[in-house]
Order: sequence, then C-alpha cells, then structure tokens
Amino acid sequence: MAGNKRPPALFRNLNAKIAAMPMIATVLVVFIGCTVWTVVYSFTSSRSLPMLNFVGFDQYTRLFNASRWNVSVKNIAIYGCLSLVFSIVVGFILAVLMDQKIRFENTFRTIFLYPFALSFIVTGLVWQWILNPLGIEKVVRDMGFESFNMSLLTDRSLVIYAIVIAGLWQGTGLVMALMLAGLRNIDEEIWKAARVDGIPTWKTYVFVIIPMMRPVFVTTLVLIATGIVKLYDLVVAMTNGGPGISSDVPAKYVYDFMFAWANLGQGLAASTVMLTTVLIILIPWAMFEFGGRKAK
Amino acid sequence: MAEATAIQDRSLTHAEPWGAKPKRMFAPATVMVYSILIVAALYYLLPLYVMVMTSLKGMPEIRLGNIFAPPVEVTFEPWVKAWSQACTGLYCEGIRTGFWNSVKITIPSVIASIIIASVNGYALSNWRFRGSEVFFMILLFGAFIPYQVMLYPLVIITRELGIFGTLTGIVVIHTIFGMPILTLLFRNYFASLPPELFKAARVDGAGFWRIFLQIMLPMSLPIFVVAVILQVTGIWNDFLFGVIFAGTPNFPMTVQLNNVVNSVQGVKEYNVNMAATILTGAVPLLIYFFSGRYFVRGIAAGAVKG
Repeated sequence: MAGNKRPPALFRNLNAKIAAMPMIATVLVVFIGCTVWTVVYSFTSSRSLPMLNFVGFDQYTRLFNASRWNVSVKNIAIYGCLSLVFSIVVGFILAVLMDQKIRFENTFRTIFLYPFALSFIVTGLVWQWILNPLGIEKVVRDMGFESFNMSLLTDRSLVIYAIVIAGLWQGTGLVMALMLAGLRNIDEEIWKAARVDGIPTWKTYVFVIIPMMRPVFVTTLVLIATGIVKLYDLVVAMTNGGPGISSDVPAKYVYDFMFAWANLGQGLAASTVMLTTVLIILIPWAMFEFGGRKAK
Repeated sequence: MAEATAIQDRSLTHAEPWGAKPKRMFAPATVMVYSILIVAALYYLLPLYVMVMTSLKGMPEIRLGNIFAPPVEVTFEPWVKAWSQACTGLYCEGIRTGFWNSVKITIPSVIASIIIASVNGYALSNWRFRGSEVFFMILLFGAFIPYQVMLYPLVIITRELGIFGTLTGIVVIHTIFGMPILTLLFRNYFASLPPELFKAARVDGAGFWRIFLQIMLPMSLPIFVVAVILQVTGIWNDFLFGVIFAGTPNFPMTVQLNNVVNSVQGVKEYNVNMAATILTGAVPLLIYFFSGRYFVRGIAAGAVKG
C-alpha cells in the first residue's frame, strides 16, 4: 500500500481496519492462501507429507484413470442432476400450493422445513434405518408381497438413489421457502392484470411468474449446486461409500486420500478438480449477477 | 383449468370490501391443494415418526414387527442406553460425552464468530475504507469454495499454531467458515438502518466503538437472534470440521453418533441408534420449532444477495 509514504491514509479510519482484520486475514490466508497452496501442491508427488517435487499433471492423469474417481464423478452427476431437478420442481410446486392463501400455512411450512434443521448425519442415519431390510421392505413383505425387494442400500447400482431420496427429504424445504419468498415478492397487480386479461392461472405461472422469478431460480440453483459438490456427511452416515465403492463421492475421495491413505498429492488434485467445477458454476452466475449491476 | 382459476379467484378477492364472504370450503381445487399438501406433509413427517417409534420399542419387537407400527410396550430403556452406555469403539459412555463436547464447541464458536462478524459487518457498512469492498467480495466467494480445497493447508496452519486437535482449533475453524454468511447478514442489516442515526452520532462526536456499542447494538437484537440460530444449528450439525480439527477427546455429537451407529462390532441395536439419533437432532430441532420465523430469515439471508 502507499500507506508508508502518506501515514495518514493508512491510519485514517484505523478502527474499521482493526475491526476488519479477521476478515482480511481469513481472505488472504485461508481463502486465497490455502487455495493457492492446494493447487500448487496438487502438481507434486507428495505422499504423507507435502513436498515440492513437481510431477506435472501426473496426479491428474492418475485421477482421471482411477475407477474409484470415475465412480465418484458418476455418482455426484446422478445425485446432482436428480436433486437439482426434483428439489426445484417439487420445491416450486409446494411453494405455489402454499401461496394459495391456505389455512395452517405455518404448520405446513414448519413440517416441510424441519428436516433442513437436521444434520446430514441424522438424515443419513434415519434413512439408512427406513431403507434397511427391516424397514419398508419388511412392511411390504408382511402385507403379503413375499417377493418384494427394495434393497436400495445393498444394490450397487441403486445405492446412489437412496442417497438422493434422503438428500431431497432434507433439502427440498429450503427450496420451498426460497420460492415462497420469491412468490410473495411478486406484485399483486400482476395477478390482477392476468385475471383481467383472462389468462389461466397455470399460464400466468409459466409465462409470467417464473420468468419474473428468474433471479430467485438462479440463486437457488447456485446454492443447491455448490452444496451438491460438497456432499460428504450424508454419504458417510448412510453408506460410508459402500457397498464397495459404489456410493463414493468426490469429497469422500479427497478425504480418504488426504487423511486415511496418506496420498496427499492425489487428494489435492481431486480437490482442485472440485474447485474447478465450482468455478465453472460460479463464474457465469457472478457475471450474470454482478456484471450487470456495475454497468449502472 | 377452471379449478385452478377458482383458487386464484378466491385469493384475489381480498382487495374487495371486507366482511364475511361466502366460503366454498370444499371446492374441488381447494380439496386438491390440501390433499397434495397433506400427502407431502406425511412424507416429511414419516422419518421423524419412525425414529420416535423405533426408539420406544424393545429389540424383539423391532425384529418381528413393522417400522410404522407404534410400540406395543413402550420402553425408555433405549434412550437411557443411548445417553449413557452406547459404545463408540473402545469406550461405552453413551453419547453424552459428544453432547457436552458439542456444547463446549458450539458456545465459544457462536460467541466468537458473532462478535467478529458483527463488528466486521458494521465496519463494512458504515466505515468503508479503500479495498474493504474487494475483501468483502472475496470473502463471499470464499463461501463457495469446497471445504476440501482448504482442509489440508488449514491442518498445517493449525498444527503450526499448536491448536490442531484442540477445542481452540475447532472454534477458530468455525469462526473462519462462519464469517462470510454472518458478515453478509450484519452488513446488510446495518446498511438498512437509517443513516441519519449514524450521522447524528458522528456529529455529536461519537467514535467507531461508541456508535457500535451505544447506537447500533441496541437496535440490532433481531439480527443477533438470527445469527445465533444460524450458527448454533450450523455448528451443532457440523461433521467434517469436527472429525478433522477437534481431536478424538473433543469429537462433537454428530461424529460420535456416526461412530455409535456405524460401528462394525457388536449386534446392531436399532432402538438405541434411533434414540441417539433423536438426541443428536434434538438441539437444532428445538431451536427450529421455537424460533420458526427467525430460522427462516436466517436461511433466507444466505440466499439473498448482498
């Protein structure tokens, strides 16, 4: 800073700068420093200790060839697509229904939102119990359908869908609350105008309200998407990646390589790929959201 | 579609004269709306119901019976066992250790993160300096970086500082990662207060800290409540930071719960597991039920842009 030449500039508003010190330190050391560190060391062959012996893209080549990583990516893609589509569609429909001046609105909202107050660990363990063979499967079999099979948690190709079910149960309420807030922000005049013109309600929603709520949808999308990339606790609680590696996700891959198997370079490379994914989601959004505002 | 229009008709008539209007309680559209909402509500309530019912049954009844059936013989044994005898690895002290660890982690983390973020938000809204907005933008973007990217360097930093695997360490970590959302929350709140108040206080000669303590703080109780709720639930529910930074003797309740339920050895006692799960979820759930409005405001704050 030019502060050394003009001391008053640096010391002006000094209290505010002191108050902002934790933020400045966090930004510089954690958000910028740690991220750069991780990216740099992802190009090294570090095993249990970080060492600066660069090996180019070796870790990345190994990563993209690792079957476990590819399973993780496939899982997160399935989980991501399904939970994005379902939570937004279901969340929006619930919000629309809640917006019909219904009675007991508070009760319904409390019910839809309470899972969001619970941790992913609790969510995962509850659904593990419900989906286990003594759970729903047994109930249906006892009703006389002896051959009924719902082994979501033990079937390698289905286990990720069990995680999707649990994730949706936990997160849809949040989408509903955000959408409902968005619907409440729509001017009542719009509805009156649509009614005067004789436009059916569903058409008003699809062609007028949804386009008007674009910022809400975009924000919700970004929130859910960045949450999806972080998915970890739910998998650990529900299946711990199993059976085998069939419900593994990138965040768990990173954790295992870094902390359990002392293969640091590999874990760092995987986490750098996660970061890149988030940036690909985030940068267009930031340009959409803040680029336009600066032009004003 | 006539049904859907009917709903809209009813909802829009409120702009017209007040007073008793004839209500069609059982219009087909209304019935449809309520039935969908009720079915959805049942789906959302089901896991909570199953948790409670399972935790009140004995093991024989669980093996024979139906998870949806209420207990024939209500027993509180699983709750006692979950609290004080359930095993995690070598120790069989129940999840009360985890409960108290979570309390010990949550209270200082909530206090530290809120003090730092509120002062920071106040500086950012009323005392901007060169670069303050840039730092704030990076801070907000930092909230989207996957934690996995920063975990290992943070392990090194905390180890160098000698706080890795300690209560202080986990408190620092929670303070750091709570900063983006809390700062946003406080900055926006302070910016929404009438600027005349701030100007008048400055004219009267009050400085940075005095304005904060005597003018801003007394006016911002609601936002502090929102921040406390947000942080208590967030930190209580944390798993990843707890498992890495807290150290084995300080494992929070979520970590201990996962160890109890997913431990490989021994016979699985589903009733004890469910009781332990409820106990772990109880703190955020109680906060949620008693503070509904503030809770919604807190999570909405995360979505509303600054």
